[in-house]
Order: sequence, then C-alpha cells, then structure tokens
Amino acid sequence: MSDLAGFFAMGGYGAFIWPSFGITLAVLVLVWIESNRRLKRNERALAEMEKGLGGRR
Amino acid sequence: MKRLDWFANPARFLKVARAVQPWAAGIALGLGAAGLYLGLVASPPDYQQGESVRIMYVHVPAAWMALFCYTMLAMASAVALIWKHPLADLAAKATAPVGAAFTFLALLTGSLWGKPMWGTWWVWDARLTSMLVLFFLYLGYIALNGAFDDPARGAKASAVLALVGFVNVPIIKFSVDWWNTLHQPASVLRAGGPAIHESMLAPLVLMALAFKAYYVWVVLIRIRAEIAAGKIRAARLRATGSAAL
Repeated sequence: MSDLAGFFAMGGYGAFIWPSFGITLAVLVLVWIESNRRLKRNERALAEMEKGLGGRR
Repeated sequence: MKRLDWFANPARFLKVARAVQPWAAGIALGLGAAGLYLGLVASPPDYQQGESVRIMYVHVPAAWMALFCYTMLAMASAVALIWKHPLADLAAKATAPVGAAFTFLALLTGSLWGKPMWGTWWVWDARLTSMLVLFFLYLGYIALNGAFDDPARGAKASAVLALVGFVNVPIIKFSVDWWNTLHQPASVLRAGGPAIHESMLAPLVLMALAFKAYYVWVVLIRIRAEIAAGKIRAARLRATGSAAL
C-alpha cells in the first residue's frame, strides 16, 4: 500500500506530474469527442438531405 | 503532384481514410499505453530533476506536435493556394484545432514543469514567448477561417496567415540557441545524436509516435466531417439555385 502511495507521491512532484498527464489525456479525449460529434452530425444531416431530395424527384 | 492529384478525389480519399483510421487509432492507443507505462513506471528518475523529469514524456512530444501540426498547416495551405486542391483546404482546417490543442498542452505542461524546476510558472523568454505566439497563430487561423460567409474566402485568407506565420517555426526551434533562455537546449533532435539515455528515450519516442498516430486519427475524422459539410453546402446551393429558376 505504501508502495502505491509512494508511486502517486512521485518523490514530492506528484502535484505537477499528475495534472500534466491528466490534463493532456483529457484534452486529447475532448478533441476526439468533438471531432466525432462533428462527423456524425454532418453525416446525419447529409443523409437526411439526400433522402429529402430523392423523395422530391 | 501526381500522388496529390490522386488523393484530391474526395471519394477516393474517403475510402483511404476509412481504411487508415482504425490503424491510426490502434497505434495511438497501443503506443500511448506503452509510453505511459514506461514513462510513469519503468523509467528511472533523473539524477538532477528527480521524478519531475516524467513531465518530459508529455511536454516534449506535445511541443513537437505543436510544430509538426503547424508545418502541416502551412504545407496544406501552400498546396491549397498554389494548386487549388480542395482537400488541402480541408486538411489545413482540420489540422488547426489539433495543433492548437497540442500547443496549449505544451505550454501548460511546461508551466507545470517550470514551477518545481525553475521556481516560476512562466518567464517571458524566447522559447516560451514564441510558443505562445504559435498558440495565437493557431487561434487567429481558426478565427479568420470562420470569419467569412463564403468558406472559400475564409480558407484563402487563413491560408495566407498560416504561410506568413510559418516564420515563427524556425524561431521556436532555434530560440534556445539564439537567445539566452531558462529553457534547456535540444537533447534529442540535435547534431551529434540524442544526448539522453535509452531508458528515457524509449518512452519519449513512444509517446511522440502515439501523438502522431492520434493526429492522423483525429484529422481524418475532421476531414471526413468537412467533406460531408461541403456536400451539404453544395446541395443547398443547388436547391436555392433551382428555386430561383
């Protein structure tokens, strides 16, 4: 257990190391989520539009 | 240019993008996990910096990506301006937010590393200031790109900004040699080879490759989204055009 505590303490630098890794991971995940949402939204809108145009013809 | 012509066909590009994307995702996640393990667990603390050296494994790859993405942005902008490849505009537009994110992370992790090592979150020296300028260049590109009703005009104006701003990239790279700075000089990409032990070089390289694969993964998603948006715009234009007739 103290091994684990020592790992998280990182020789006293834990307060700088963990935010560095945590925020990096969070930002990369958020950019990925936003990109995927954008793709899904546009593809859905395009599919609906093509369906609408096909119906009118 | 032949190969670029081949890619400039959106239908062909979409096919290639869909095939490449899962590989890029797998490489990013796999190498990222290995890099995190080596960086946080298996690699030794530095003899001067102690455990704080581990911040290097996100800070340095993020900073490399900040410069890599801007180089991509400038290259895509040049191709778009000179050869008018429609996909080049989309690639530039898709790259900018990813580059901005990596630049933000390089600045933030640098600050988190600077506090324990230099005793300050920030100094206005050449390396840090030129990186901040890079961040503003990305934001300026994004703002200018979206500032016009006609996306083609926005693409053109922002492409010019991207090319002019490219002068900042060599300034960042060589800032640690040209000026006195708190920031340490290059220890990997330098004449004479890396001056860093394998046990630290391995997680650094793994994280750098993971970030590159992440870039490919996310930029392909964003280009696909832009292609779909372009088709929607074209369909709307056709619809209003035929209504006017």
